[in-house]
Amino acid sequence: MIEDLIRGSLDHCIKCTICESHCPVSRATPLFPGPKYVGPQAERFRTGDTSPDDSLDYCSGCGICTHVCPQGVKVAEINSRARRTLKESKGIRLRDKVIARPSLSAKLATPVAPVANWTLRSKPIRAAIETTAGVDRRAPLPTFAGRTFQKWARKHEGPKLGRSVVYFHGCSANWFEPDLGAKTVAVLEHNGFNVIVPKGQDCCGLPLQSNGLFDDATGYVNRLVAKLAPYAREGYDIVATSTSCGLMLKREAHEILGMESDDLRVVSERMYDICEFLLDLHDRGELKTEMAPLSLKVPYHVPCQQRGHEMGKPALGLFGLIPGLEVVDTQRTCCGIAGTYGLKKEKYDIAMEVGRSLFEDITGMEPELSVCDSETCRWQIEHATEIPSVHPIELLHRSYGL
Amino acid sequence: MRDVLVVGIGMSGLTAALRCQEAGLSVTLLAKGVGSTHLAPGTIDVLGYGPDLVESPSQALPRFIDGSPEHPYARIGVDALSRSLEWFGERFDAYRYTGAVDENLLLPTAIGSIKPSALVPESLSAGDLRNGGRFLIVGLRQLKDFFPALVAQNIANAKTPSGAGISARAVQIEPPTNGEPDLSSLAFARRFDEPEFLDAVAKQIGAHLDGDESVGLPAVLGVQHPHEVWTGLQDALGRPVFEIPSLPPSVPGMRLYEILRAQFEAGGGRVVVGAEAVGADTDGDRVTAVRVAAAARIKPYPAGHFVLATGGFGSGAIEMGANWSVREKVFNLPVAGVPEDGNERFGPRYFDAHPLSRAGIRVDDSLRPLDDNGNRVYANVTVVGACLAGSEAWREKSGEGISLSSGYKAAETIVEEQT
Repeated sequence: MIEDLIRGSLDHCIKCTICESHCPVSRATPLFPGPKYVGPQAERFRTGDTSPDDSLDYCSGCGICTHVCPQGVKVAEINSRARRTLKESKGIRLRDKVIARPSLSAKLATPVAPVANWTLRSKPIRAAIETTAGVDRRAPLPTFAGRTFQKWARKHEGPKLGRSVVYFHGCSANWFEPDLGAKTVAVLEHNGFNVIVPKGQDCCGLPLQSNGLFDDATGYVNRLVAKLAPYAREGYDIVATSTSCGLMLKREAHEILGMESDDLRVVSERMYDICEFLLDLHDRGELKTEMAPLSLKVPYHVPCQQRGHEMGKPALGLFGLIPGLEVVDTQRTCCGIAGTYGLKKEKYDIAMEVGRSLFEDITGMEPELSVCDSETCRWQIEHATEIPSVHPIELLHRSYGL
Repeated sequence: MRDVLVVGIGMSGLTAALRCQEAGLSVTLLAKGVGSTHLAPGTIDVLGYGPDLVESPSQALPRFIDGSPEHPYARIGVDALSRSLEWFGERFDAYRYTGAVDENLLLPTAIGSIKPSALVPESLSAGDLRNGGRFLIVGLRQLKDFFPALVAQNIANAKTPSGAGISARAVQIEPPTNGEPDLSSLAFARRFDEPEFLDAVAKQIGAHLDGDESVGLPAVLGVQHPHEVWTGLQDALGRPVFEIPSLPPSVPGMRLYEILRAQFEAGGGRVVVGAEAVGADTDGDRVTAVRVAAAARIKPYPAGHFVLATGGFGSGAIEMGANWSVREKVFNLPVAGVPEDGNERFGPRYFDAHPLSRAGIRVDDSLRPLDDNGNRVYANVTVVGACLAGSEAWREKSGEGISLSSGYKAAETIVEEQT
């Protein structure tokens, strides 16, 4: 069973502390003693429903510990699973249940987006939300677009092309950044793909999982993969522009929620991050490389969840194809937001401290924009730097002249 | 398709990748995790014991190689080794490495024993004990696992080859912190990068200075700006200052890793860390792709050439099963030097020679892997670093020398074939 593999990996820990040296949270706050301590070490004391270590709640789940471990210990996965036990034993706050359901909030807010956006920008209202619900008044909440990508996709008539690919847009492209969805479709169509957008794609359940709500998360995954699996079984690849949601379907639903369903398995095998997909195309000589120069110098931040894909930094390979574009990889570990972590009142300051050096690097360059693959990270970076942050697709879209 | 895929991101992998890239090849560097650099002291040890203490690696090596014909250095050669060290020295800008293949420095370890190294970070060099001297060893109270009194006492008792005397004493200071009961070496290194912290520490050390003592500290003098921190502290104290390697994770090792990795990425190299190579696709005597366990799938990484830089038993690159069967995990290469059934595999005590530790991949002079009969297994694979058979690096103090020179030589093999 996957649970045994994850937990069993702790026996490979040699206490080298490489994970601790990379952890962005323990660096920012003494409240979190580090991944080795709350991971392989504390795990030995966790049995059944008991959790001896409350500091685990300060783990943001960025996953760098698993990524850098030279012994293959699944530190982040151990901690995510332990967080569920901890949260269940303490009781899960209403706040966490609400912020973990972005699609539910978005469904309610989208028809009244101007009012909803105004409400969430109103300082007195945010102060009231902070007091009653514990969402920090300063935290970066996204703006409802007031229209959905799904609606755009239903009207969009792409050229009928030879090969097809499925687009898993996630909540962010559907409700908050529908233009990113449209640009992704344009880039794929430009490269000869007929883009299929399955109807009824809902949340992948990741925010619920991060907040310890495993049963609810499993329900969301089941409903989503039921929409995508028929295409995977037909042999279509699936691309995601949301790094973290793509990762949820690639591995986390299996490794953290422990799901074993056949629908999930076929979807996982076909799931690609959009940049991974495009760079693979390029390595096979199948990506169009006629691109117009972009005379820009931009900082690029690799989001934590992208590391979990174990694919390197494919966006850098794509940026290298754009003439005139100068990209500075900030090499910073984390922006701090970690999905919903940095929204919480008790964690907002930690999250901003985690991202501080990244924000300083970006503002120091005085760029026109910064680039990052993950939406919640972009919102955090924009919030902290007051400089627009875009998905890598944006630069490709521009350079292709679409 | 990439020209070269290097598997492993320790010294040998980084070197092979950088050298191939310098020659104009497209290179991907793939690794299960970060590794050996973060666990090693950041020095380049070429040959410290052969088996007696080596004062000059370049003088000792010809005889050492004659006496150890199966050693990796016998395949690499002194010439390639010397060139690799020169090349390595040129990688660094402000934070430099000093030393040469002609003579070993004798540096104190974390417990004050003495270790011979050929090339060392500038900030360690004043710890050279060959000519004796007077030393003040400074501990930082919140740093676990560094005991200045232990270091001072051991180096004061050390025998130098010249017979020069060493005097050393210890002092423990309490740097300003935010109230943490303990701090890791990296946490301290990050604080040293801040000028105010450096000033505060310099003031505290200044109060303890006596005569012309050189000052030794654990190797935590900055991680982003080590050159500025080290020179700043020397200027403030008006005397030589040196770092003493501490327990992992190693700050000098992290500096080395970050500098080389950044150079590789800046040159267009692709780095994929966190993905384990689990097998290979082959066509006759050529490997066509390495198979990599990525999220959700086994992904082939095709390339023209492959460099195996995965390390030895310690990193899990070579694995021993319960029935004593031994296997190399990426290409399933034959592992040479495994003691036969009935022969001793391990020595009786921890620090003894262990016959099994010489096991590894046997190679020809181009570092191509060989089978039991001495035939090349694959025409486009080179093997470098700790997975090579024939050395006992931790006893010889030869690990980084083997890794650096074999990585360098593998790149020469590849570039030659490519052009």
